[in-house]
Amino acid sequence: MAEGALASAFLAHPAADYLAVALMAGATYLCRASGILFMSRMRITPRIDRALRALPGSIVVATILPIAAQSGAPAVLGLAAAIATMALVRFELAGVAAGLAAVSLARLAGL
Amino acid sequence: MPDPSPQDAGPPPLTLAGARTGMRLTLPLVPGVIVFGTAFGAAAAQKGFDVWLTLSLSAFVFAGASQMVALELWREVWTWPTLAYLVAVTATINGRMVLMGAAIAPHVKAMPRGIRLLNFFVLVDANWLVATRYHGEGGRDLGVILGAGAMLWVLWVLATVPGFLAGALVTRPDAFGLDLVMPIFFAVMLVPLWKGLSPAIPWIVAGAVALATSALVDGYAFIIVGALAGALAGALRDG
Repeated sequence: MAEGALASAFLAHPAADYLAVALMAGATYLCRASGILFMSRMRITPRIDRALRALPGSIVVATILPIAAQSGAPAVLGLAAAIATMALVRFELAGVAAGLAAVSLARLAGL
Repeated sequence: MPDPSPQDAGPPPLTLAGARTGMRLTLPLVPGVIVFGTAFGAAAAQKGFDVWLTLSLSAFVFAGASQMVALELWREVWTWPTLAYLVAVTATINGRMVLMGAAIAPHVKAMPRGIRLLNFFVLVDANWLVATRYHGEGGRDLGVILGAGAMLWVLWVLATVPGFLAGALVTRPDAFGLDLVMPIFFAVMLVPLWKGLSPAIPWIVAGAVALATSALVDGYAFIIVGALAGALAGALRDG
């Protein structure tokens, strides 16, 4: 079991932290590359085109709704304030600022 | 719609002007990126990381949410199972990037090979959103996603350092809503994606499925499951 012992000794060494970084970086790079590579090789049929068109908004909604539900009333108010402000003034920074302000105020009020 | 038929207009350009446009479009996110990067640096310092380990996470992984979660999973002494768990959690949190890449692929597949490898590396939520909107409005310059991504990478790595040094200064980012800055930016970017109720029906499916998934399954799988349900709903619609 010399190899196993060597591997265990390496994992106990502080340098193993960098192995962990490398593994995380590799996994993340594969996530980034695989979607683009896969879809670039696919023939885009009308059906796939409709799926891809629906995807950006779906990713956004699927990300923010559960976070809002888990984070409670301040998050819901913040997201609503951000969307409302953006819809009114069409200026991203104002939307983000309104959202953060709404969250801060709601938390200050103890919601 | 400046360019309604991009496939007939020759290869898309890749220019410095496009890169500058990408950077300009990403400016609203800069305060959020700096604060989140600073908060990561501070959290890593509090966990006892040295500055090089902290910087290498920001520089090579370059994915804030998975870096924050990794701090919770970090071990004094690693074993193969704990390493495998770290990789699995990282892939779950960053799995949304597979779908983000798939969605942006038709716009960026003309990139030269070497630059493409670089583009994979800097694909993050912010420049993906900016590029999705830019290409959705008919823009074709491939510099936009790259310029925005490069700027975000530099800011992210730089912001880690003062956070690491200041340590305790950003101990309560939640008081300012900063823990929610990314979902808030997502919500803001939903507004320009809105093209009427009918194209948004898949979003409703995505939201409902994501909510149900998050109630049933721990972790971040809800993003992928919900988004795939939305794409499926889009594919199944007539039209």
